[in-house]
Amino acid sequence: MSTTAWIILWAAALTYLTRVGGHLVLSRFATVHPRVEAGLNAVPAAVLTTLVAPVALTAGPVEWATLIVAALMSLRFGMLALFLVSAAVLVAGRQLLG
Amino acid sequence: MSRLNPESQMTAEAIEENRSTTASEFWAGVRVGFPVMVASAPFAVLFGVIAVDNGFSVWEAVLMSAVVFAGASQMVGLELFGQNIAPWLVVVSIFAVNFRHVLYSAAMGRRVGHWPVLQQAAGFFLLTDPQYAEAEMRAEAGEKLTFAWYMGVGLIIYVPWVIESGLGAYFGNLIPDPHAIGMDFLLPIYFLGLVMSFRKRAGWLPVVAISAAVSIVAFNTVGSPWHVSIGAAAGVAYAAMFPPRVREKLAPEGEVIEP
Repeated sequence: MSTTAWIILWAAALTYLTRVGGHLVLSRFATVHPRVEAGLNAVPAAVLTTLVAPVALTAGPVEWATLIVAALMSLRFGMLALFLVSAAVLVAGRQLLG
Repeated sequence: MSRLNPESQMTAEAIEENRSTTASEFWAGVRVGFPVMVASAPFAVLFGVIAVDNGFSVWEAVLMSAVVFAGASQMVGLELFGQNIAPWLVVVSIFAVNFRHVLYSAAMGRRVGHWPVLQQAAGFFLLTDPQYAEAEMRAEAGEKLTFAWYMGVGLIIYVPWVIESGLGAYFGNLIPDPHAIGMDFLLPIYFLGLVMSFRKRAGWLPVVAISAAVSIVAFNTVGSPWHVSIGAAAGVAYAAMFPPRVREKLAPEGEVIEP
């Protein structure tokens, strides 16, 4: 089996663990410590930020404009509209400038 | 005849009624999940397209959607896979992005504890952000959380997600110049959108600011892919050290686009 398939299967097993584990483990405690809960709550935003920030810093002007548009769109519109408009800005920018 | 044997008649009626309730519960669930399915369709296709662009085969893309079934983490996997880093780090990063499910799982456990074990096992497999949000809403409204309803919501999201990933992967093979259509930069846009969707959570801004700053420093010193774990750890550590005083209800607002 390919490495990719192994990565996928391990990722699947661990993902299932997160989905069933809260019920099996966390629910044995009457309360979750506020610090633990705050930490867990912060995980997705923290991880996803690290996937944007360095890339954004090293990108070019078209990409910067795209991310600014995306950030502004997020204040008012849903994910789908944000994504389609930002992608359009990116493609148009690259056609014109790059 | 019913007079002669009222009991069996009643039982038959009860079974018939039960069956129709189960079916109507299922379809009620399908109606609830339908908008999520529509909204997530483009991202399923996108996942497939980027997957083959990053070296996945079509069946590997389908496999990942079928067994992981968590959009953001699948994209994270692709992003790291494209950089040719150690396999275990890809797995750990996917795990980290999905770790939030632990909280949903703990909350759902209270609602579905009366289901048979196998039904629970299946139910937890389908526990995505929108699934949690819908189920929690229904339970809070005082309605019974039935297995049929839950499966209706879950399957109308799951089955198309897998199929559309395959379609994206299949047709992604046909795209001649991925850079021209911005393929290499679609994931950062998507990730930024997700980050912004969490912005109403208490303590969001400092966590994002710290993770951003630390990941940039780590990227330029330690190097990729460690900037992901180091930056994320810094943000999470801050949140744990200074937990937001406002105790929020666990609500995955804005994440509904993502199974």
